[in-house]
Amino acid sequence: MLLIECPWCGKRHETEFQYGGEAHIARPEHPEELTDQQWADFLFMKTNTKGVFRERWNHSNGCRRWFNAIRHTVSHEILAVYKMGDEPPKIEAGEADK
Amino acid sequence: MSRVNRTASGGRIDRSKIINFTFNGQRYRGFDGDTLASALLANGVHLVGRSFKYHRPRGIVAAGAEEPGAMVQLEEGAQTQPNIRATQIELYEGLTASSVNVWPSVDFDVSALNGLFAKFMTAGFYNKTFMWPKSFWMKFYEPIIRRAAGWGRAPDKNDPDIYDQMHAHADILVVGAGPAGLIAALEAGRAGARVVLVDEQSEPGGSLLSQNRKIEGLDSSDWVAKAVAELRSMPDVRILSRTVLFGYYDHNYLCAVEQKTDHMPLSQRIGKVRQRVWHFRAKRVIIATGAHERPLVFADNDRPGIMLAGSVQTYANRYGVMPGKNIVLFTNNDGAYETALDLTQAGANIVSIIDVRREAAGELPTRARAAGIEILNGYAITATRGRKRVTAVEIRAIQKGARQYTSAGRWLDCDLVAMSGGWSPVVHLFSQSQGKLSFSAEKSCYIPNISVQSQDVVGAANGTFDLASCLLEGQFAGNAKSAGLRKISVVEPTEGQMEPFWIVPGSVPIGEGSAKHFVDFQNDTSAADIALATREGFENSEHVKRYTLTGFGTDQGKTSNINALGILAGLLDKPMTEIGTTTFRAPYTPVAYGALAGRNLGRWSDPVRVTSIHKWHQENGALFENVGQWHRPWYYPKPGETMQDSLNRECLAVRNGVGVLDASTLGKIDIKGPDAAEFLNRIYTNAWMKLGVGRIRYGLMCHEDGMVFDDGTTARFGDNHFLMTTTSGNAAAVLDWLEEYLQTEWPELKVYCTSVTEQWSTISIAGPKARKLLQKIAPDMDLDPETFPFMSFKEGTVAGMAARVFRISFTGELSYEINVPWNEGLAMWNAVMAAGDEFDITPYGTESMHVLRAEKGFIIVGQETDGTTTPQDLAMNWIVSKKKPDFIGKRSFTRADTSRGDRKQLVGLLTEKADEVLEEGSQLVFDQFAPIPMPMAGHVTSSYYSAALGRSIALALVKGGSGKEGEKIYIPLEGKTLTATIVSPVFYDKEGSRQNGEI
Repeated sequence: MLLIECPWCGKRHETEFQYGGEAHIARPEHPEELTDQQWADFLFMKTNTKGVFRERWNHSNGCRRWFNAIRHTVSHEILAVYKMGDEPPKIEAGEADK
Repeated sequence: MSRVNRTASGGRIDRSKIINFTFNGQRYRGFDGDTLASALLANGVHLVGRSFKYHRPRGIVAAGAEEPGAMVQLEEGAQTQPNIRATQIELYEGLTASSVNVWPSVDFDVSALNGLFAKFMTAGFYNKTFMWPKSFWMKFYEPIIRRAAGWGRAPDKNDPDIYDQMHAHADILVVGAGPAGLIAALEAGRAGARVVLVDEQSEPGGSLLSQNRKIEGLDSSDWVAKAVAELRSMPDVRILSRTVLFGYYDHNYLCAVEQKTDHMPLSQRIGKVRQRVWHFRAKRVIIATGAHERPLVFADNDRPGIMLAGSVQTYANRYGVMPGKNIVLFTNNDGAYETALDLTQAGANIVSIIDVRREAAGELPTRARAAGIEILNGYAITATRGRKRVTAVEIRAIQKGARQYTSAGRWLDCDLVAMSGGWSPVVHLFSQSQGKLSFSAEKSCYIPNISVQSQDVVGAANGTFDLASCLLEGQFAGNAKSAGLRKISVVEPTEGQMEPFWIVPGSVPIGEGSAKHFVDFQNDTSAADIALATREGFENSEHVKRYTLTGFGTDQGKTSNINALGILAGLLDKPMTEIGTTTFRAPYTPVAYGALAGRNLGRWSDPVRVTSIHKWHQENGALFENVGQWHRPWYYPKPGETMQDSLNRECLAVRNGVGVLDASTLGKIDIKGPDAAEFLNRIYTNAWMKLGVGRIRYGLMCHEDGMVFDDGTTARFGDNHFLMTTTSGNAAAVLDWLEEYLQTEWPELKVYCTSVTEQWSTISIAGPKARKLLQKIAPDMDLDPETFPFMSFKEGTVAGMAARVFRISFTGELSYEINVPWNEGLAMWNAVMAAGDEFDITPYGTESMHVLRAEKGFIIVGQETDGTTTPQDLAMNWIVSKKKPDFIGKRSFTRADTSRGDRKQLVGLLTEKADEVLEEGSQLVFDQFAPIPMPMAGHVTSSYYSAALGRSIALALVKGGSGKEGEKIYIPLEGKTLTATIVSPVFYDKEGSRQNGEI
């Protein structure tokens, strides 16, 4: 079970959180201008990264705030957490890659 | 029975405290400090069970968690536990245990005949045999196998014991209180760390309880006592004995189960917590879990009395038990020589030490030779005799790598064989933590290589087998800064090089002849089974494991996995480094469900939500159904009524008079902020900007993929203030959905959402007389339909209470939803009931509500929808805005798949016979004579008997259904086919004239 640092509440058990999938996929501003293929990509196609991955979490059984995390999908090492709208820190590798 | 196998003195047992126990109905005596296994051996009992498949007699092999065979049924009745290892049961007064997998008794077992049919029960036997006709399997194989295979019996009563759970944080969590773990905990504790030391045994010490060593001038047991005393004096150190660390999860989260009363007589356990599950979060973990000895794989190596050498040493030194009098040792390393020396000292006769190595000239062999023990180098055991106890072994001179040995055999009489195939580090927890192993050719074992989590692996668990190095590793892990400053002096024998020897053939090659070379004693897997698996193409270790069952069961292959891999490597002619281990998974040893559940049982297993009116429902005979965590009144049967009678009565009351429903469970979300209307406009499919204050609108929510997610009404209280209602079961999910969009997609919108579900009680009165009833208790409220029209609300005084009254309808009848603060719900309900008496007011439950709404063709999200249903599929185009440029789901409505004409669409169904009520979920077909498999046309989503219509009605999703009104559709059932006609989903009051009620 992961130990996740909520930017507002600090470190808490994974059971307090809900996973929100890949981060930094903005909802298109004008969906009507997209082709079916482009819209389907937005809806269904997500990156399946082995390694450093930016993803969303919701502290659903806590402060109910959404935030972003950078997690290594092999080691589960959480390399950073940052608030929605913040620039992601530049992290390319985790301990597991060294 | 006398205690025939007890040494004259010594051991960590208290010979002044006699413990009485019963095994297989026979009474025995042991001492305080014994395990069930040591006490049985002391009483000369080797035969404790029968093997899984062949029902061969089996005895005690090991002395700890690695024991593969000696499993017993412990105690009887509600407290019975199946498959507990006798080696891990501490003896207590009155203990009762029996063998598992025996019928009728361990001495005479009918299924041992299986042994005669062994040829047919090789690897993959399940997969192959059961390819036979299905009827054969059901009637013949299954009953026989159920009786013959398997182990103990699960209790058939509720577990009467108490369990609990604890959470703890540690700077350093040390797993294993052997020498490496003890010194690590000491160093960490001395440095001021918060330390937890977990150990599965009844007392700390690990291997030091079994082997005589000198540490810092002290006997090993005295050194342990001193170390433990120092640890106990440290305020931040916690020692947990009888505690098995069973799971190592991510981010150094670990779970252990502590046995608190299992070592006590049953009478002393009453009212006490039996087991406690610990949840640890540790900054660093030190794994000091030691090593397990491996058996040697030779012909008929499973007879009772064939044991692991190190375990025999443990029984002799720790428990004062001599499991045999004439002992043969069989080894590929020096460790067994120490066992031989210890046994000699305790008075046993060593028949011979059989060593596969050509030479053994180290310290221990030299001492053994000096003690006059016969040592046969370059020999192996090639056969054994003895049905319920080994009586003799055949030995032959061997050539390494030969498929069979042709040298002359010689038989040695004995009553105990102590074997050692080397040691396997206990890497289970390291592996569970995602650490990567590598095979050490030098040590012939898998050792930890790359850690993924913050941890150290020390001592034998790390493949470090000499005591001095174990202690040094422990020191470093405990406190890297001070370690090495203090050298710990140790007196221990030097061990020579072991020689891996994975399989010992006999006078015929493996698999020929009747002898079996067991690899996995628990699953009856032999070397021939592994050979068969490779012949049949299974070469990956994970495949071989599954095909042969090696490493399954309650011991998870603690003694068998590495031997199996060694044999596999030999068969494939590959080095061990290329074979790879199978996956180690939690739990390390089995954990009782009761312990995992802890206190979360019965009414504490899941929260129950009830409304403020719940007590009235109970007192008035309501039956309840679960809606999410809510308990909602289902219907209110009167004496003598069937369920259908009650529903008919309740529904007709609503249609003809007035009914009342507790709708408090409806999800309610208070939405405020200057952008609230804009937000709703994006969330719902219809338009919200122009909804007037005081008005209510129905809305449908979709996901981005265009599928319906929830529905409900929303009322506008002010320019910046709305109250949204959601379905009862979906309230939390809707709030999460709103928050997700507000926080992640549209943070610029100024909107705040608050759940107020449990702040407002909602009492819905419905029926033509609803206005008359409400006017009675709200005399000052203007209920004129002109000024209080459908889909509007008013705030005012009802029955003396401040209330919000919503005029909405889920039944098609005139309906008011009276909302009052939660704590006034019951008072309002009582006021409504009293005032409604003259109208014969009838409380109705969720089932009648479902019938009433289905008569009107109103959907229920989750019943008419299943996550693949669009608003268009539900014939709800009218609620999808054409003007709004964007809202959630809009873009998906024009995708090729969502705009298909033959999607499943909502229709009504009328059965041919009016009294036939279809089963919900029934499959529908257009052509009842189509060949099987028939093309499916859809399914029934809702189906009821409608008292108002005097016939059955159903809603269904049917392919292209909206264009098929009037067509026939068929419901094929077992033995008959029903016919229905597709109709409009609105069955009752199609014009909607009834929503104004009686004036």
